[in-house]
Amino acid sequence: MIGTAWTILRKDLQIELRTKESVPAMALFSVTVFVLFHFGLQRNELEGDLASGVLWVTLILATVLAVNRLFVTEREQGGIDGLLLAPIDRTAVFIAKAGALFLYLVLLELVAVPAFGILLLGPDLFKPLPVLILLLVLADIGLASVGALVSALAVETRARDLIVPLLLLPLLVPVAIAGAEATEPLFSGNQSPHELGKWVGLLGLYDMVFLLVSIAVFDFLLED
Amino acid sequence: MYGKGLRTLSIASAASLGTALGLVFFYAPLDADQGFIQKIFYIHVPLAIVTLFGFIAGGLMAIKYLRSGDRSWDMRSYVAIHLSIVLAVAVLITGAIWAKASWGHWWVWDEPTLVSFLIIFLLYCCYQPLRFSIEDPERQARYAAVFAIIAGAFVPLNFIAVRLAQAFSHPRVLSTTGGDMPGSMRLTFLVSVLAIALLYVTLWKLELTSKNASHQLKRLRQRLELEAEERQTRGGAPAPPVSTVPASPRET
Amino acid sequence: MSEPGPAPLIEVDGLERRYGERAALSGVSFQLGERQTLGLFGPNGAGKSTLLRVLATLLRPHAGAVRVLGASLPDESWKARGKVGYVGHEPLLYRELSGRENLVFHARLHRVAEARVDELIEAVGMQRRARDPVRELSRGMVQRLSAARALLHDPPLLLLDEPYSGLDPAARELLDPLIGKPSGRTRVLVSHDVEGGAAESDLALGLRAGKQQHFGKPDPAALRGLYQ
Repeated sequence: MIGTAWTILRKDLQIELRTKESVPAMALFSVTVFVLFHFGLQRNELEGDLASGVLWVTLILATVLAVNRLFVTEREQGGIDGLLLAPIDRTAVFIAKAGALFLYLVLLELVAVPAFGILLLGPDLFKPLPVLILLLVLADIGLASVGALVSALAVETRARDLIVPLLLLPLLVPVAIAGAEATEPLFSGNQSPHELGKWVGLLGLYDMVFLLVSIAVFDFLLED
Repeated sequence: MYGKGLRTLSIASAASLGTALGLVFFYAPLDADQGFIQKIFYIHVPLAIVTLFGFIAGGLMAIKYLRSGDRSWDMRSYVAIHLSIVLAVAVLITGAIWAKASWGHWWVWDEPTLVSFLIIFLLYCCYQPLRFSIEDPERQARYAAVFAIIAGAFVPLNFIAVRLAQAFSHPRVLSTTGGDMPGSMRLTFLVSVLAIALLYVTLWKLELTSKNASHQLKRLRQRLELEAEERQTRGGAPAPPVSTVPASPRET
Repeated sequence: MSEPGPAPLIEVDGLERRYGERAALSGVSFQLGERQTLGLFGPNGAGKSTLLRVLATLLRPHAGAVRVLGASLPDESWKARGKVGYVGHEPLLYRELSGRENLVFHARLHRVAEARVDELIEAVGMQRRARDPVRELSRGMVQRLSAARALLHDPPLLLLDEPYSGLDPAARELLDPLIGKPSGRTRVLVSHDVEGGAAESDLALGLRAGKQQHFGKPDPAALRGLYQ
């Protein structure tokens, strides 16, 4: 099944590399949102809870962009039947899609986090970087699982572009909570983590629950 | 099939509601700080508890539907969630009233239950639009079930997350007397929870019964129309218009 | 007309498929033996494509017994998957990838060696354009690639939904030995060409509004009656 998931993931990455639809858009979107926040909050520099909040909210909003597109290629190009006809475990489709979304998020963060450090962040970015990376990776797992699931749910509905954000954002609130709370001490004072275990635990719990639930229900979205 | 026991339930609900109201107004002690308005606690919190269980029950029924393929479970899940959404509005409103009366603000971010409810309410608001934007009825039921399961799993997670975020900020502003409640309060509270739970189940059954009846009616009509069409295409005489044929659902 | 084989490859009895309250298929019953061709006929909306998709395991039967290649649908759908070659209305190819990349992808999903991909690209005469993105290809070329996709895993059963539509005679000639009667494969073929389809079929099934009207040796006159 991992082999099949890898085949499907590779195909998606091939298409993304050729069309360059999702990742550049997410990156551009994030930087634009940073600019918006600069004007909206009327600040040249952010620190502490404000910095933390702006970063996480922007990342979550950028996820919505990618989620919108994740299953669209399958639907538009008639690809889903091709996957359904093959003698494969359909969970592999979920793993491939969640994997793709995870990779897009990582690539996005490679651009957005340094951009944030340059444009808006007051304190130093390098010192808290290792902890920040841990938080981002954990959060990305949850974002990818829930995102892939919501994408599959929304792909058959008429108002797909509207349903995705309305459905996705409340589901991602716990990630925003954990991420922002854990990052706040990293962007203020002596920039060392505070109560990190609590937030890492919450993210881990969230990831586990939603990964398992998604894998359990995903098949039902594909069958007919 | 669904209507069984409806009468007993309605009576039980009315009775317990009456008892609860009586207890709230005449038996439960008056709160020293918040005064009379504190009594809204007896509707706000039981409503919240019942609503949450309603959402989770909707998720469980959705699991039953996916495993059995029996559409009646989907109907039960739909009604449970639908009712809970309505009650969630009541939770938010009573919470706001309580907040305004106690603290002077219509909304307090420091009350984790209220905040969690807002998030859950926003999530479940998508349930009906999602359902009704899928045209194929089988697929609609399946996708709605998947949603109900995800959202049901989300409810406890969300509560944990919001609680954790509040843990070291202000103590719960809308709690009463901290941990233990005096006996009279506890009794009133429990009766209120029971009353609202009974009310919920009664309304649930009621809506199921009425939906089932109109479903059967619709199906009968459609079948009659189809047969009329067939008779027409097969030969000669135009079929009698369906509207003159009285279609009554069988009493089940 | 070829002799029917020992055990039927497809057995359908009382198949029903609903769309809400409407019956998309009802009372469909037939059998198809090895190396036989079944022609599906009927006006638009009769349920031909739906029936094909049920046989392809893409749609679940709501009632009735369906056995495809010894697997009972829907419970044993997974057994039949990977043994059916399906050419539907959609080519099932990703437009941004080349024909070759698409075929390699499907080959991997079906666990077929990559060499087979090149074999089939040659067989459908697409050697020169196989590395161009699918969105740059003409309808006829896309259809040819779609046929190649369906044949990658050498399926015992072919399900073809108007496979020759949009193809010029040269392309038709190219595909005939692969998916036509000369291929000797067991096939279910949907065609609007009553004469041509009837000539190619060993058995014919007529559908109208989801209901089976006719099953047996192809009778062009009776089949034309479906379209009245």
